[in-house]
Amino acid sequence: MKLLVNFSRKKGSKPIIAQVVRDTGVLINVERAVIDSSEGEALIDVPDDQCRLVSDSMISLGANVRILEHGISVNESECVDCGACVSICPREVFSMDKDWKLQLAEERCVLCGKCIEACPHQALSLPL
Amino acid sequence: MHKSIDQINERIRDGTARVVTAEEMPAIVAELGEEGALKEVDVVTTGTFGAMCSSGAFLNFGHAEPPIRMERIWLNNVEAYGGLAAVDTYIGATQQSDTLEEQYGGAHVIEDLVAGKSVELRASSRGTDCYPRRTINTDLLLENFNQAIMCNPRNAYQRYNAAINSTDRILHTYMGVLLPNCGNVSFSGAGTLNPLSNDPGLRLIGSGVPIFLCGAQGMVIGEGTQHSPAGGYGTLMVTGNLKEMSQEYLRAATMNGYGVTLYVGLGIPLPVLDLEVVRATAVRDQDISVDIMDYGVPSRNRPALRKVTYAELRSGAVELNGEEIRTSSLSSFRKARQVANELKHWIERGSMQLALPTRPIDAKKSAKPMHQSIKGPRVLDIMDRQVVSIGENEEIRTAAKKLLKGDTNHLPVINGNNVLVGIVTTFDVSKAVANPGKAHLVKDIMKTKVITTTADEAVDIAVQKLEQHNISALPVVDSGHHVIAILTAMDLGKLFGGRWLK
Repeated sequence: MKLLVNFSRKKGSKPIIAQVVRDTGVLINVERAVIDSSEGEALIDVPDDQCRLVSDSMISLGANVRILEHGISVNESECVDCGACVSICPREVFSMDKDWKLQLAEERCVLCGKCIEACPHQALSLPL
Repeated sequence: MHKSIDQINERIRDGTARVVTAEEMPAIVAELGEEGALKEVDVVTTGTFGAMCSSGAFLNFGHAEPPIRMERIWLNNVEAYGGLAAVDTYIGATQQSDTLEEQYGGAHVIEDLVAGKSVELRASSRGTDCYPRRTINTDLLLENFNQAIMCNPRNAYQRYNAAINSTDRILHTYMGVLLPNCGNVSFSGAGTLNPLSNDPGLRLIGSGVPIFLCGAQGMVIGEGTQHSPAGGYGTLMVTGNLKEMSQEYLRAATMNGYGVTLYVGLGIPLPVLDLEVVRATAVRDQDISVDIMDYGVPSRNRPALRKVTYAELRSGAVELNGEEIRTSSLSSFRKARQVANELKHWIERGSMQLALPTRPIDAKKSAKPMHQSIKGPRVLDIMDRQVVSIGENEEIRTAAKKLLKGDTNHLPVINGNNVLVGIVTTFDVSKAVANPGKAHLVKDIMKTKVITTTADEAVDIAVQKLEQHNISALPVVDSGHHVIAILTAMDLGKLFGGRWLK
C-alpha cells in the first residue's frame, strides 16, 4: 500500500523515515521524494498489513500521512487508447491489451504525473 | 478474373457482398491465395484515427436582422476566417483561443458543436450600405447553421515518420512529448489499416470516392496538400457533413507545449476488382516502414536514425544502437479498427455503395520544400567579429582587465591551439574576486560546457539557444572549433530596421 507522507523540516531535520523503520521494523520502500530546506514529501510503499503501524508511527513523529488507494486515473470518456502515455511513464504503468485498449497496472504508479502532460486528450489525472 | 464496380455494387445491394477489413485481408490472401481471395472478397475496408492538424469546417450562419457582413469572427473566442462573403467562415482546427490558448481551439469548437453543445459567435464589421450592422453576439447549436461542412485539406497520411529526441532536454512537439537522450520513440499511423497504404498506386482512391469521415458518409475531394506519394507519403483532401458526425470518431486534443489538433476517424472502402487490388490490400504492418527522425535537430532536414516498420513500432519497443527504446503511438489503433469495422457494417447493410474516382490522383508526385526568395538573417549578418578571448592559463586578474577594456561580459576561453575550451563571464570573475580561494587561473573558474553557434546558422535558432539555456552570448565557432566572433543579446538589436537585409 502506498502512503504519501508530508513533513515539516523547520524544527531541525528529524530522520522520520529512518526512525520509523527502526521503531517498527518495517522495511519502507521510498518510491519518490521531494525534500527541501523547509519541508518534505515522500511517497512510500509498505506491506498492506503493516500500513496502519507505519502510518501511526509517522503521525506520532509529526508527519501528515495519507493512504493512497489509487494510482493515476483515466477518464474513459476522454481516452481514445492512443498510447501516448505508454513510453512516457518511468514505471511502465501503461500497456496495450490484445484489443489495443489501454491497460493500467495501478499498483506500479508512484503518482509522478509525467503522463498527465503527455496525454493529448487530457484524460489522465491524479486521484483527489 | 476481373470484377466490375457495378458487379460489386450489385452484391452490396443484394446483401451478398463479402466485406473484410484491411487487417483481416493478409490472412485471407495467405489462406486462399491471390486468385482465391479475389473470388472471395468484394470489398476491403480501411480505417485510421489520429491527429490531423490540417482540418476544419466551413460554416454558414444565415443572415441576421439587420444584416451584417462579418469581417472578424470568433467562435468561443477562437478566431475563424473572415474573408468569405458576409456570413460564411472557415474554422481551422489548430487556431487557438484568445483566452484559453492551447487548452482550447478550433478543434474543440468543432467537437463541441458535434457533441450538441452551444457555441458563442462574436463578430464585427465596418458596416456597409447593404449590411449596416456592426457587431453580433449569439449562441449557436449545430442545427442553427445552414451548412456545417467539414473540409480537411490534408488528412490520412499514407505513413508518418517516427520521432525521437537526441538532446538532453524534453521536447514538446506535434509528435507529443519526446524524452531526452533518446528516451522514447513516438509514432503515428494505422499501418496495415491505413487507406493509402492499401492503395499506394492510387488506382481506387481519387476524387468523388465515398468515405467514412468522423461517422458521416463523406468523400475524397482529391489529393491533399503536401501530397507526396513518390516517397510513400500521399495525403488526401476530404469532406463530409459535420451535422452527421459523431464525437466517437472526432476528438479535439492538445499536444502540450505545441498546440491544438483534431483527431479524425477516416476510412475508405476499396473494391476488390483484380489481382492488383488483392496484392495491395494484403499489406501488413511489417511491410510498411518509416524513418525514426531526430526532432532534436531544429531543421527541415532532420537526420534519420534508422528505418523501422509499423510492426516493430507497435511491438512496444524498438532497438537503436543496441538499446531498447520504448515506443508510444499517438494515433489509436483500436479506434482505427472501429472505423474499418463500422465501414464494413455500412457496406454489409447496403447503406454505402462504392464508386471509382471521377478524377485520378497523381501517384508519382513529390512535395517540394518552400521556395525562399529572401533568406532569413543568419548569425554572420549580426555577429560581433571584434571578439576578445582569453587563454585558459591566464590569471583571473587578466580576465577582469580584458572584460573592462573589451567592454563585454563574456570572454571565450581558448587553449594553446586557439581552440575554444570554456567561457568566463563578468559574474564568474566577480565571484572569484569576492571569494578569493584556490582559484587563480581562468581555467579554474571557467565554464567548460559552452553553448556555441556557427556563422551560417539561422538567427532564430541561435535565439532559441539563448532562451533555452538562459544565457546572453554565444561564441561563434568555425569547423575547427576556433572562435571567430561572438553573438550577444545586444547584437539582436541589429535585426531591427532591416540592417541585415542586403
